[in-house]
Amino acid sequence: MANTVSTSPEHSGEGETRRDFLLIATSTVGVIGTALAVWPFIDSMNPAADTLALATTGVDISAIEDGQRITVVWRGKPVFIDHRTAAVIEAAESVPMEDLPDPEPDSARAEKPEWLVVVGVCTHLGCIPLGQKPSDPRGEFGGWFCPCHGSHYDTSGRIRKGPAPANLPVPPYEFVDDSTISIG
Amino acid sequence: MEAKTWKNPVIAWIDDRLPVFSMMQAELVDYPTPKNLNYWWNFGSLAGIVLVIMIATGIMLAMQYTAHVDYAFESVERIMRDVNYGWLLRYLHTNGGSMFFIVVYIHFFRGMYYGSYRAPRELLWIIGVFILLAMMATSFMGYVLPWGQMSFWGATVITNLFSAIPLVGEAIVTWLWGGFSVDNPTLNRFFALHYLLPFIIFALVFVHLWALHVKKSNNPLGIDVKGPQDTLPFTPYYTIKDTFGLGVFMIVYLAFVFFAPDFFGEPDNYIKANPMQTPPHIVPEWYFLPYYAILRAITFDIWFVSAKLIGVILMFASILILLFLPWLDRSPVRSAKFRPIYKQLFWVFFADCIILGVVGGNAPEGAWVPIGQAATFYYFAHFLIIIPLLGKFEKTRTPPTSISAAVTHGGIGTKVKEAAE
Ligand code: HEM
Ligand code: FES
Repeated sequence: MANTVSTSPEHSGEGETRRDFLLIATSTVGVIGTALAVWPFIDSMNPAADTLALATTGVDISAIEDGQRITVVWRGKPVFIDHRTAAVIEAAESVPMEDLPDPEPDSARAEKPEWLVVVGVCTHLGCIPLGQKPSDPRGEFGGWFCPCHGSHYDTSGRIRKGPAPANLPVPPYEFVDDSTISIG
Repeated sequence: MEAKTWKNPVIAWIDDRLPVFSMMQAELVDYPTPKNLNYWWNFGSLAGIVLVIMIATGIMLAMQYTAHVDYAFESVERIMRDVNYGWLLRYLHTNGGSMFFIVVYIHFFRGMYYGSYRAPRELLWIIGVFILLAMMATSFMGYVLPWGQMSFWGATVITNLFSAIPLVGEAIVTWLWGGFSVDNPTLNRFFALHYLLPFIIFALVFVHLWALHVKKSNNPLGIDVKGPQDTLPFTPYYTIKDTFGLGVFMIVYLAFVFFAPDFFGEPDNYIKANPMQTPPHIVPEWYFLPYYAILRAITFDIWFVSAKLIGVILMFASILILLFLPWLDRSPVRSAKFRPIYKQLFWVFFADCIILGVVGGNAPEGAWVPIGQAATFYYFAHFLIIIPLLGKFEKTRTPPTSISAAVTHGGIGTKVKEAAE
């Protein structure tokens, strides 16, 4: 086109570097601006404020007998509470660290040794391990057994055998008094 | 494209401004199609028809369905019991999903057998792989909608796959869920995406056909069309053949819908989702079983990479590897008809896929573990070792010089061509 001034050869030279600068500067601003504008779309899919505000769960543990396990719901997930017997605690504490795929001493997982609190979601692909009911299989290490792909957890909720890569996580919790814990 | 004059003045007026009628004439009527296509070439058009059936039944279901964890299961039961013909729409949709995969898998193996992925149809093939991926995402999310036990636990296991990604895995899973487990936000977004993706598939199919019509159909001989004596106009020859195939297909499809509507289903999905209890044996839909077997094949860590991550990578690789098939195969001929060794190894590969499917449907214990590992190894070896080596060393037979020479045993076609010259 005859009336486009910019690209004619006479105008090359110094003007070109200025033009290049403007081009790079404006496209950079454009790209960053677009990225910033996309973020709200992506972030809107993250947990909303009401989902995050899920109240902490308080549990009355006074009625749980020695050796009994109960399941409570926290953030839509099951949490296993195990009132462990002295023999079980002894077994969990005496496991050598070399035997553990994800080494963690029992003392780091239970605030009070008689009470084990873990999130009951298999760290492999999220099934709920069996072992809460007395009739359930508890796997080769007396803890929990995940039927989905065969992961065995021990009495401290630590992974011992199978495809799961990590121990059952311990949720944040505290003892409000001797008979109540608050999870979350 | 020849300029066609339309007798009907309204059509002529429109066509002059927007040549849709000329385009339809050129692409659906005059379109030159190799005259030796066999029945395996029916499955492309069948897939397109199934897509239309899925969209039509899906839209009607969406008018009755409620995407909320408290109502989803009940709303599907209501569709089955109270909505007029709701049972029919739902069974057409559910079984249509399975039929879609049967048809597309046949279509895909057809392409592998006759070398349809080879130059110049590489892009056509690649678009096909993307259609397959989009179909998988669509049906995975559709399966979650009825909110039964398999819906919930299938969604949990599959979304958890992403947690295998180092560092950001957990954040990605939380983002996918919109919470800390599969829950109402997850169901809602899956419904939105399940509604959207079929239309994206529709657009991909359009591009797929566009690419097809540029380079035209391959054929059982795998040789190029040499001239008009090798082709027939699409209409009436192939429109009628496709319609006949559709009739046969509908008999099979409707036999399932009316006489065995839950054949492909899992009884557990008639139990409402319970986030506190995992069913004893989680299985995905049958069309995902081979990938599920590959996912679980790796039971050992390699260096510092966890077994879980390797499984996930292999599962995605098993499909993405198809994208490279056009360049892995260097054989001088396309069709397996002229490749005595490939012709047999093709069936071995097919059997391997079936074995993977069987392994995927069984609990990973005992002999199933090594069988799954061997079958996974063979799956990748087929693409990475066997196909490249065959391309180099296989003694291929010589294909006929032209399609008409093969069809008429060197007779009429050649004579017609000579006469024309
Ligand atoms: C590529 C096409 C599609 C595929 C492969 C597909 C696949 C599926 C599958 C496998 C299910 C689960 C069936 C069950 O067990 O109930 C499903 C359910 C559903 N789909 Fe689709 N679908 C497709 C298109 C659509 C479209 C376009 C819509 C809406 C506009 C739709 C709406 C629904 C609804 C509402 C349900 C839940 C009701 C039910 O479970 O029957 N689908 N879909
Ligand atoms: S989900 Fe527990 S072993 Fe796979």
